Amino acid sequence: MTRRPISDTSDWSFELIEKYHTEIERIAKNFGLSTYPVQLEIITAEQMMDAYSSVGMPVGYNHWSFGKEFVNTETNYKRGHMGLAYEIVINSNPCIAYLMEENSMPMQALVIAHAAYGHNSFFKNNYLFTTWTSADSIIDYLLFAKNYIAKCEQRHGEQAVEKILDSCHALKNFGVDRYKRPPKLSLQEEKARQEERESYIQSQINEIWRTIPVKQNDKTEKDNARYPEEPQENLLYFIEKNAPHLEPWQREIVRIVRKIAQYFYPQRQTQVMNEGWATFWHYTILNQLYDEGLCTDGFIIEFLQSHTNVVYQPPFDSPYYSGINPYALGFNMMTDIRRICEKPEPEDRQWFPEIAGSNWLETMDFAMRNFKDESFISQYLSPKLIRDFKFFSITDDDMERNIEVSAIHDDTGYLKVRSTLSEQYNLGSIEPNIQVYDVNLRGDRSLTLRHYLHQRRPLHESANEVLKHVARLWGFDVKLEAINNKGNIINTIECKTPAD
Amino acid sequence: MPQIIDRRLNGKNKSAVNRQKFLRRFRKQIKKSVENAIAQRSVTDLDKGEKVSIPREDTNEPFFHHGSGGHREIVNPGNREFQTGDKIPRPEGGGQGQGTEASDSGEGIDDFVFELSREEFLQFFFEDLELPNLVKTKLSTIIESQKVRAGHTSEGIPSNINVIRSLTGALGRRIALRAPYKKELNEKKQALEDLLKRHNDTDQIIIDLRSRINYLENKIKKIPFIDTFDLRYDNRVDQPKPTTQAVMFCIMDVSGSMGQHEKDIAKRFFMLLYLFLTRTYEKIKVIFISHHTLANEVDEETFFYSRETGGTVVSSALKLVKDIIKERFPSNEWNIYAAQASDGDNWHNDSTICGKLLSEDIMPYVQYYSYIEITADRHQNLWKEYSNIKKHWDNFAMKRIESVADIYPVFRKLFKKRST
Repeated sequence: MTRRPISDTSDWSFELIEKYHTEIERIAKNFGLSTYPVQLEIITAEQMMDAYSSVGMPVGYNHWSFGKEFVNTETNYKRGHMGLAYEIVINSNPCIAYLMEENSMPMQALVIAHAAYGHNSFFKNNYLFTTWTSADSIIDYLLFAKNYIAKCEQRHGEQAVEKILDSCHALKNFGVDRYKRPPKLSLQEEKARQEERESYIQSQINEIWRTIPVKQNDKTEKDNARYPEEPQENLLYFIEKNAPHLEPWQREIVRIVRKIAQYFYPQRQTQVMNEGWATFWHYTILNQLYDEGLCTDGFIIEFLQSHTNVVYQPPFDSPYYSGINPYALGFNMMTDIRRICEKPEPEDRQWFPEIAGSNWLETMDFAMRNFKDESFISQYLSPKLIRDFKFFSITDDDMERNIEVSAIHDDTGYLKVRSTLSEQYNLGSIEPNIQVYDVNLRGDRSLTLRHYLHQRRPLHESANEVLKHVARLWGFDVKLEAINNKGNIINTIECKTPAD
Repeated sequence: MPQIIDRRLNGKNKSAVNRQKFLRRFRKQIKKSVENAIAQRSVTDLDKGEKVSIPREDTNEPFFHHGSGGHREIVNPGNREFQTGDKIPRPEGGGQGQGTEASDSGEGIDDFVFELSREEFLQFFFEDLELPNLVKTKLSTIIESQKVRAGHTSEGIPSNINVIRSLTGALGRRIALRAPYKKELNEKKQALEDLLKRHNDTDQIIIDLRSRINYLENKIKKIPFIDTFDLRYDNRVDQPKPTTQAVMFCIMDVSGSMGQHEKDIAKRFFMLLYLFLTRTYEKIKVIFISHHTLANEVDEETFFYSRETGGTVVSSALKLVKDIIKERFPSNEWNIYAAQASDGDNWHNDSTICGKLLSEDIMPYVQYYSYIEITADRHQNLWKEYSNIKKHWDNFAMKRIESVADIYPVFRKLFKKRST
């Protein structure tokens, strides 16, 4: 190659960023990545910490827990315990990627390739994101939320707002619809609807609490009927619509927390894939850049050094082990799919007959669009990777005295390891299954939740604390029943109505 | 084309509100931490932040999740020697958690540790002293500086351009750059005049000469009237406002009757005076004098933590103060402040001596003398004697104290005097 490198120092400038971006964009388009338009923002380390502590969003409402995050990040950063992640990217249209001013040019290029093309194309095309989030309106909605909550603080006092937010945050993982697709957000509609709702909802609530006597013959039937008729998995939604004593503004706050939790729900289900996809593409794009002679040896070595750190997987008995590194697993799986397409071994032909020898770009594109972590792993984790990672699965049963190694990376174990690992990313089994079961309409108005035990796994004792938050929102007594696989109640915790 | 936006100049303190909310929520814990810090800090060491730790479980936000127990299957990487069917004894403490979810809180850190900034630290320090707000802001502000002119620089902002300097420079540059051309031009003009006497306008030599002259005139014209490097800006530098020096005497009774609690209150009292002095004086010396029946000049450590037994003779300390002032701190060079803390105990014949020493040898030289009596008991004769002095000296303040909140009134006059 006779082309000259774009730059030969590690300093960046706006001009250079633009040049590198042009090349990266060209390469990405050649590989067929489809993305939202890109918006690169240069920020300082302090601003990065700000962004960090507000879960990466450029605007967010105020709450002490974000302050806690911030203080934590700041302390760690100042003590040198951690470098700041060099990339935060926002699932919005245009897709916003942050570049930190302290970074060198190779790092900026890495971030552009990783975030502005890797994550960006994932956000735009993965089915979870396209069906569940609306990139066009999220920033507007967050702004609406921030202003609304600020207004509430002025009107009702910071303490009152904080209490509601605390309680909602405790339940935010249970504020998502897992199966029903939510309607798209739109700022104007949201605003108009919100005012309408405020006046209207209260009357709806009163409907179920109506005290006007009903006809005798209806009554027996009503008494036996449960409310809700079907158990509800979205606790926050149920509370928003049915809690008897919440003020309209409180309902709106419940709704805001719920909507934002819903927005992040796909990200929680696609961590391995999303990071794997982005890492695969920054690796591929920057190597292409190097092959074309557009960057220097120093550049590519600095990049590789950082890339290697990112995809390192410490073994389970290492002091640095803190679970499976999603970057490592994701990147290796993506690379492995390409390998299976391009240079399949006999083993691969046997395990993956449809994709062995196929066009790698098409195959990977398909994989990126149509899976989430759980299904992605169960579909594509190859025996070779299981051997490379030396994965093994153990069974930890509190009825047994010892932990048992149930499968390792050998012929008899591949399937078992793969399905266990896949299950490990299934939010449905990671999170306890808790549903709204009943409301005592005629009596003390108490709310009953039911926890259906999965594999006999009990709740963490902090459930008592969470239940207090539920009671605060509900306004009356709250009960949580644990149900075993035979359908019997094996444990009940209760929380009386708080005094305030 | 991508949009590249430089956000660096946007406000960086987006999290300030959240940080404040966080501090407010954990006020109690942070305050306790600050109190501990004060107990460990030196009197003169108030101008920095503090590392604060609060129990992690207090800051946790609860959510529904699985506890240990039940039946679990977990995949881990990095197998070395395990075979299918191996039994491993269960590790103590329940083994690892959820794997993917347990990232940030790990590593066995029990406390949530973070840094309070200097302002935040002082805020908590002031909190139970019940200082009026005006005083708080006064104490928290950093020593003022003023901008003074300091010559000129070649870089600056447009509003600071010094027109005369810049144009003088430009003129000089124009003259200098023009000089070689000007010289040649004058010669050529002279030559032309001479040649015209002998030649016609159309002769080649005349035409050449004319074009040369034309060229030189153009050259001169092209020298820019003013150039960026002619620009000179007024330079201004920060200069701290002139301040003077002060000496602060901390006098404390260390006899057996003063317990650690009383000493802690006294420490707050000294700290506050010190903080006040740092706002007014650049250089402050602190002298610690502890006394029982004898007085000694000691270092801070001994001052706050040593314990003596026996009786109390206050005058011994006052005598020492008097001597030190005379020897080392002439009052025309030093501003002298004194703060005395005691439980009011004194050998009863000694109190009149104290009164005499104070009114004759100390009060005339000091800016301010404050006395606190940390006791819940009846006043003794020292109090009577001091009350007498208070009547005669405007710069004498005294107060009986039971808690730290009572300290501020002792200084009230001091702050008032400064703020008018």
